[in-house]
Amino acid sequence: MIATGASIQNAEVMMRAQVVQGRSLWVDARNRLLRNRAAVASMVLLGIIALMALFVPLFWPYAYNAVDYDHISCAPDWWPEESVMCRAGGLHIFGTDDLGRDLFVRILYGARISLAVGLAATLVSLFIGVTYGAISGYIGGRLDEFMMRFVDILYSLPFIFFVIILMVVFQQNFFLLFVAIGAVEWLTMARIVRGQTLSLKQKEFIEAARAAGVGTFGIIRKHIVPNVVGPVIVYVTLTIPTVILSESFLSFLGLGIREPLTSWGVLIKDGADQMESASWTLVFPAAIMAITLFCFNFIGDGLRDALDPKDR
Amino acid sequence: MFSYAIRRFLGAIPTLFIIITLGFFMMRIAPGGPFDSNRRLPPEIEHNIKAAYDLDKPVYQQYFIYLGKLSHLDFGPSFKNKDFTVSQLIADGLPVSAELGLSAIALALLLGLTLGTIAALNQNRITDHSVMTVAMFGITIPNFVTAPILTLIFGVYGVSLFGLDLSLPVGGWNNGAVRNMILPVIVLALPQIAVVSRLIRGSMVEVLRSNYVRTARAKGLPNRLVVFRHALRAAVLPLVSYLGPAIAAILTGSLVVETIFGIPGIGRYFTNGALNRDYTLVLGVVIYYAAFIIVLNLLADLLYAVLDPRVRYDQ
Amino acid sequence: MAPILEIRNLDVRFSTPDGEVHAVKNLDLAVGEGECLGVVGESGSGKSQLFLGAMGLLASNGRATGSVKYRGDEILNISQNRLNKIRGSTITMIFQDPLTSLTPHMTVGAQIMEALRAHQNVSSGEAEKRTLEILDLVRISEARQRMDQYPHELSGGTRQRVMIAMATVCGPDLLIADEPTTAVDVTVQAQILDIMRDLQKELKTAIVMISHDMGVIAGMADRVQVMREGEIVEAGPVDEIFYRPKHTYTKTLLDAMPRLDRPMREGHVGLSPLSTISADQQLLNVEDLKVYFPIRSGGFLFRKTKPLRAVDGVSFRLRQGETLGIVGESGCGKSTLARAILKLAPKSDGKVVWCGRDVTFSNDAEVRALRKEFQIVFQDPLASLDPRMTIGESIAEPLRSLKPELSADAATQEVRAMMQHVGLEPASINRYPHEFSGGQNQRVGIARAMIVKPKLVICDEAVSALDVSIQSQIVDLILKLQAEFNMSLIFISHDLSIVRQVSHRVMVLYLGRIVELADRHAIYEDPRHPYTRALISAVLTPDPKAERSKSHDRLVSELASPLDTRAQLAFLKSHMIDDADAEQYRPQLQEVAPGHFVAEFDPE
Repeated sequence: MIATGASIQNAEVMMRAQVVQGRSLWVDARNRLLRNRAAVASMVLLGIIALMALFVPLFWPYAYNAVDYDHISCAPDWWPEESVMCRAGGLHIFGTDDLGRDLFVRILYGARISLAVGLAATLVSLFIGVTYGAISGYIGGRLDEFMMRFVDILYSLPFIFFVIILMVVFQQNFFLLFVAIGAVEWLTMARIVRGQTLSLKQKEFIEAARAAGVGTFGIIRKHIVPNVVGPVIVYVTLTIPTVILSESFLSFLGLGIREPLTSWGVLIKDGADQMESASWTLVFPAAIMAITLFCFNFIGDGLRDALDPKDR
Repeated sequence: MFSYAIRRFLGAIPTLFIIITLGFFMMRIAPGGPFDSNRRLPPEIEHNIKAAYDLDKPVYQQYFIYLGKLSHLDFGPSFKNKDFTVSQLIADGLPVSAELGLSAIALALLLGLTLGTIAALNQNRITDHSVMTVAMFGITIPNFVTAPILTLIFGVYGVSLFGLDLSLPVGGWNNGAVRNMILPVIVLALPQIAVVSRLIRGSMVEVLRSNYVRTARAKGLPNRLVVFRHALRAAVLPLVSYLGPAIAAILTGSLVVETIFGIPGIGRYFTNGALNRDYTLVLGVVIYYAAFIIVLNLLADLLYAVLDPRVRYDQ
Repeated sequence: MAPILEIRNLDVRFSTPDGEVHAVKNLDLAVGEGECLGVVGESGSGKSQLFLGAMGLLASNGRATGSVKYRGDEILNISQNRLNKIRGSTITMIFQDPLTSLTPHMTVGAQIMEALRAHQNVSSGEAEKRTLEILDLVRISEARQRMDQYPHELSGGTRQRVMIAMATVCGPDLLIADEPTTAVDVTVQAQILDIMRDLQKELKTAIVMISHDMGVIAGMADRVQVMREGEIVEAGPVDEIFYRPKHTYTKTLLDAMPRLDRPMREGHVGLSPLSTISADQQLLNVEDLKVYFPIRSGGFLFRKTKPLRAVDGVSFRLRQGETLGIVGESGCGKSTLARAILKLAPKSDGKVVWCGRDVTFSNDAEVRALRKEFQIVFQDPLASLDPRMTIGESIAEPLRSLKPELSADAATQEVRAMMQHVGLEPASINRYPHEFSGGQNQRVGIARAMIVKPKLVICDEAVSALDVSIQSQIVDLILKLQAEFNMSLIFISHDLSIVRQVSHRVMVLYLGRIVELADRHAIYEDPRHPYTRALISAVLTPDPKAERSKSHDRLVSELASPLDTRAQLAFLKSHMIDDADAEQYRPQLQEVAPGHFVAEFDPE
């Protein structure tokens, strides 16, 4: 082939202009996720709940701790039960609780705390779990055996035992509550990451990277981590609801958030206590929490299908 | 396989030892002791009490004393439930919790297996979606919500269907009468039914796509045989690994259910013990729990090998 | 004569999340009484889906429309119950991978008897008797014991025979065999085909043989249908198709098929002759290389470990520009050998000398320096590329880590140049492996190996996973690049025909040891070792007449376990100590002609 320098350069320019942008697996997964109606609806709903929790209390006419002794345990005006003691009136769209506080704004405050607990604890478990699992899986051998034995031992201790001990140690510190729960939830994450790492280690492309002279650290960073991210994201979306449930369980024990602050767990616990006389105090927080957990689970399932399409 | 079981048992001894040690010291790290209360006791009385329970000695000595007693299966006296030893409390509470728990697991297996299989066979159809949505309810609604709601429906309001009175007792144990067990068992079983059916659906969908199920269909076997003989056995494998820890957890009692229904199980003792630093009681239950997990995991592994002849433990 | 199975206007469609896939398009086909119809096509041609669709066995997202008649009765999309009277009884199927196609938790006896009792009202004693008979018919030895074994306890060949037994026990009119020999070794393939031929003759069963392999079709079929992209492009009697193909696609397929009897590859890139100048320039010298893996085994409390001898004392030399072919069946240690040379697997013993330098005990830094000089191309093109990296990043990876001094721009330039070299559009540098075909991905794998201009490239089954037409293109590419860069190759394959076309010398491995090593023509034209002979005799050629007249010189015993020390002495039984754990004599190589080495064996 005979070509002048100029035409080669032209061809170069042309080629640069025409470079095709490939569709990465992430783009594919995103497209599949966006076609999943349940997951998309869940994301929208979850977004609405989160945004309301953030902004609505800023302008809502009632403060979360404002006590109104004239409207104790009053049903919202539209509540269908006839036999209620009183009607709350005004903008108490979810009624009031046993101290006359607006239930709607309290649920939103509870959402802030419950979602924050869920996120913070999940981040803690993500951090510990991924580090622990990746090291154990990639290095393998005796270290792996030892590290997994340790995980097995922690698995053999009852969950409540951990949480209660940690709670007591940290004296019901609001922030450390997250850490405590996260510190218990990392075990499964570590197992998942380890399993993924082990199976990735067998893959030919890891061997190819070794043949290409990439070092251990480079392989973990460039090949293992990006390929583990998928299952980890799925597990993260499924851990958040688990943590929110654990938080509500702690509140049931009276170990949760202290008054006048609140969380969904506290609200549900209070509602359950007076369910016979004021059922709305149970129904609304329980429904909002169930909807949120539903959303997380649908998103998690949707992500799993999107990232691993054969699995549907 | 027998030698494998023996080896596993021997391997479990150090594990159990580490768990005991870990549990012992974790309890002691927590500030406060069993006899701290709002009412200040006169110092000499407090000292006497502590001496009676060896609490005046350094922690490491307490540890060895405890190990010494444990070696002849003496779990010590309960600090909070005076006049009772831990062994007595466990002997009273554990069977109750275990009876409830096992019934709940049995119910969960029965319903979960059925629902999960039905969902998988109707994959992505309406039956599948509705079963899975209901299962999601089971997972997302905490038992301290389902318990009072069921109490309200069956106990307080009372339900009658076709003239049949379906109201149920909402509390009390009544020496394990079936009527008293129904509600607590249902509450305990609901989340397990959900988990089991989701697990089974997932693995069943996978197995139904496998080559050997295709072979079974190609042989002209009726659907019933394809599902029960060829698919189900492989599909329950993930469930076997899940059940070990799940049974251990449910055997040692649920605080929520036992509190709400007023059942004298071990779960309540345990949680209250942990809250009140009843060291010996908590450790006793922890040891039982860990032993259950170890034994059940071993059983699960052996069952796995029975179900899947490819798994062999002598290599 | 009325056909047994008549397919008219059959369409098979799959609805996938990324749109509808039309796998079989308006297809007509008929199978007559007692004949063998060969259906040949490459992957994605729809040849398997065609019959799965006809038999109501599609995956849940698949749909078949049209008409399928069994002896005049419509069977497409009829009720399960009615279909089950035919399926497994008068029309039976066997599938490609016998390990995954047999239920793992049922004994093979139970699975065969189940097929019988689903269709015929026989007592369990009678069923057992019939099962024993059928196991005998498919030449399974010790049938009584085999019945109580699970599929994973049997060898690949025995498993496929169990599948055949299961499909013949009801005495079907028609047996549909979907790639029955693709997952087994060549010697086993020959045995399986023999059995099927005999069944066809003795039981007068019609057979549909679905295969991608023209050699299999040539030896079995009476009539052939060639499929491509869901349609039949050519159909006719076997001799017509093979000797007077009309359609260009059929011609391409036949032309691309590597043939042991035609080592010269007319019309393709040929093997460049070894230059005499470099004759004494040793590039690689491997001496007594051993790779053992410890395998834990039984024992009551204390487990014993037993070595699995994957590679057990292999020595050879390689010159600059030379290609050494390594052939052997699965489990012979050929891939492990490659990885040990490349220092991707730990070796247990032996010496590797590279360009006169002993690199046996190199440290990490030295190994990294060596990686510039030897590279590897893997078997599965998709699995050997990181799915989350663009192909440009994958190709650039060795440059980045081995030549860090190169600027990003310069590296990209080199990647583009290399892409052009291996026949990839440089514009697709940002594409991902899943957007490419297998052939294109293998070009990426080759580009990655070539980018550092290595002196030695090991191709580990580099073309085995590809369709024949792609296979020959990739072989062309490898030979072209070899001539251009004057590099040495170690070409590992189970396919003797390809090895003959691309190698200067050929080494035959059996259970980790060399049984024969010779010049490429000598080893095929004058094989001395019985194992080499059996291997060569088992190779199929796409030549129906030759296949029909071929005398079958079959290897009786199947490949034994590399854990059993006796196995290596299968051809030298006179030196064997009858104890699976004993240290055994190793057959030694003897030079029977200049450059032709053969391991000792007992004369027959």
